[in-house]
Order: sequence, then structure tokens, then C-alpha cells
Amino acid sequence: CFYSALFYSFFKSLVGKDVVVELKNDLSICGTLHSVDQYLNIKLTDISVTDPEKYPHMLSVKNCFIRGSVVRYVQLPADEVDTQLLQDAARKEAMQQKQ
Amino acid sequence: MNYVPGTASLIDDIDKKHLVLLRDGRTLIGFLRSIDQFANLVFHQTVERIHVGKKFGDIPRGIFIVRGENVVLLGEIDVEKPCDAVLQQVSIEEILEEQRLQQQTKQETEKVKLQVLKDRGLSIPKADNLDEY
Repeated sequence: CFYSALFYSFFKSLVGKDVVVELKNDLSICGTLHSVDQYLNIKLTDISVTDPEKYPHMLSVKNCFIRGSVVRYVQLPADEVDTQLLQDAARKEAMQQKQ
Repeated sequence: MNYVPGTASLIDDIDKKHLVLLRDGRTLIGFLRSIDQFANLVFHQTVERIHVGKKFGDIPRGIFIVRGENVVLLGEIDVEKPCDAVLQQVSIEEILEEQRLQQQTKQETEKVKLQVLKDRGLSIPKADNLDEY
């Protein structure tokens, strides 16, 4: 029932790295990737909101859980990702799905 | 959410004070008492916090059951991190009035925007429904 465990495995390999998650409601949150699950729900620690004036309610929050369905983008530093490896894995996955 | 270590689980967040942001823009604060695989949540001693500018107001709401699809973000409130330096708490009546004014100005600008787009033969569809996984 799941399209790919590929991105789940990909995010698991990024645990401990700093990322910026942009949500569909335009909120952007910077933090350290603590954990991820099969739904691509994300848990971040030591968060900071990149535009704190618009979202004052996050001031007292250090750690948060983000539901996978509300994520628009996950921004990663280029040197943390082996794009070649990721491309090859995605291509392989697509081939398997076709069959 | 399962019990495999390293996977995102809310089991450790139970009985702690949390803030939840809902898809309709509301903020609820309360003690997380129960969870399930859909991120459905049961909140205890819930308070709805309304923010307008630098002011905020709290409305006590009791027990809340939140359907998972409406959850945007769930944050653990750190009691040591102060927020009162920047924010000013006001009475319920005042914050509701501020909110009403804010909604009014927002609707007016939205109306103008839609008219301008209409004049050019354009329209922006509303992204109301979220995809299932």
C-alpha cells in the first residue's frame, strides 16, 4: 500500500542533521531531525521559526512533531545528500514499480 | 507510529503540556493524554489561544479530541522558555474583538484581490483538501 520506503530510508539516514521544513500553511521551521516514520511524519528538536513575528505561539516550543501530510518541502544542505545515489535508488524503485 | 527505535512516535509526549496547530489556524494548548496511528489526539485541560499581533487571549475548552487530519504541528511546551517578554495577555473579550477586526481587514483585502484577478480572467483555486499519504 506504500509507494516507497525509499524516502523513509532516506530521511532515516539524515537523522541528526539540521533541516528546514516548509509546511503547506507557509510556516517554515528550522531544527535538527530527530526521527521519521513510515508516513514521513517528522520530529524536530531545538526548533526555531524562520519568521517568528508571524507565528509567536512557537516561542515556548523546543521540540515538535510535524504530520507528514502537511509538509510542502524539506530543505537540506547540498553536502549532506549523495544526489547520485538517491537518483539511482529512485530510478531502481521506479523500474520495480512498473513491473 | 510503532515501537521501533528511531522512528517518530508520540508515545513519549503523553501527559506533557503541548501546543497543537490546526489546519484552520487555531492553536490549542493542553496536556496530551492519548494518541493513535492517525495522530488523532486527546487533550486535557485544553485552552484555545488566540494571537493577534503581540497580544493573546486564552479561552478554556476542557477536553478536546482532535482528528489527526487537522493536525499541522504538535509542539512540546518547554516551561523554562519564557514567552511573556514579547507577548501580552489580554482578556477574552478584547482578543475576540481584535480577532474580529483582523478577520475584517483580511476579508476586505481578499475581496479586492479576487476582483482584480477576475478582471483579468484569472482565479486561484483554494487548496483545502490535503492528500492522503
